[in-house]
Amino acid sequence: MCICILYLNVLSRISGSQATEVKVSEVEFNPNFVSRMIPKLEWSALVQAADGLGHLQDLPTELIADYEANEDFLRKVHRVLLEVEVLEGCLQCPESGREFPITRGVPNMLLNEEEA
Amino acid sequence: MKLKELESCLQQVDTFEEPKILLEQYPTSPHIAACMLYTIHNTFDDVEGKLVADLGCGCGVLSIGAAMLDAGLCVGFDIDDNALEIFKRNTEEFELTNIDLIQSDISSLSSDAYAKKFDTVIMNPPFGTKHNQGMDMQFLKTALTMATTAVYSLHKTSTRDHIQKKASDWGVNMKVIAELRYDLPASYKFHKKKSVDIKVDFLRFSRT
Repeated sequence: MCICILYLNVLSRISGSQATEVKVSEVEFNPNFVSRMIPKLEWSALVQAADGLGHLQDLPTELIADYEANEDFLRKVHRVLLEVEVLEGCLQCPESGREFPITRGVPNMLLNEEEA
Repeated sequence: MKLKELESCLQQVDTFEEPKILLEQYPTSPHIAACMLYTIHNTFDDVEGKLVADLGCGCGVLSIGAAMLDAGLCVGFDIDDNALEIFKRNTEEFELTNIDLIQSDISSLSSDAYAKKFDTVIMNPPFGTKHNQGMDMQFLKTALTMATTAVYSLHKTSTRDHIQKKASDWGVNMKVIAELRYDLPASYKFHKKKSVDIKVDFLRFSRT
């Protein structure tokens, strides 16, 4: 069984897949938190996901060096990571192609009996 | 935020409407949840600004508390539709933006699904009674793969030695933070007594 997971770089906020309903909300900015999230992400996947949702805006396609002190950059990451939410859509496992629906912002990662 | 304030807020969290026996759905009382979170936050500083996971989140009392204590982001995992629906409602009522929910089966998450992605894992897992034997240890094992700093969990005191041994085998430190009395009110038809007190350990696990 391949690993159909929610990569941390997408969580349930944005995905590299189709989204039919996306919401942008205001979330308090915590630069330290964002800074510590970045090493856990796959940058290119994040960019691709943001782009797919039409929310790439000015997020750099390459991770910049010394981002910890760059508030401007961290704010851009914050927006994409925490403020853009997929309410309706789905996530796709890059290995199996299996799709997981997102309903009212909650992704359903349960496998059917045949697949488990 | 003071402990009493936190507890008071958590009393507003809606809980299971029709708890499912097979999933061992019992709400974590506002008092226990508040005490746990307060300690995790004040004594260990493992909530504020951190990426927190709540395994078997149910209706979300622990996640909501963590979010109120300014967790960077708290992600709740649960298998049950109904519980997650109530959790969602709760986050909307509390107007919390730093909470995410994922519907998944903890016992079938692959071991590297979220390996070392979270700072802290907080949970009140199923105790592993009746048809659910061993579920407490499954949750614990998974939690330990996910957390980089610590796992906080509730387990029956009667299983303390067993868990201690497992922790040693896995190379993790186990600390009994407190011994609590978990008051389970009769929530299922088969319960004969009005409520029962179970001795429960509040445990902290961390890398050696």
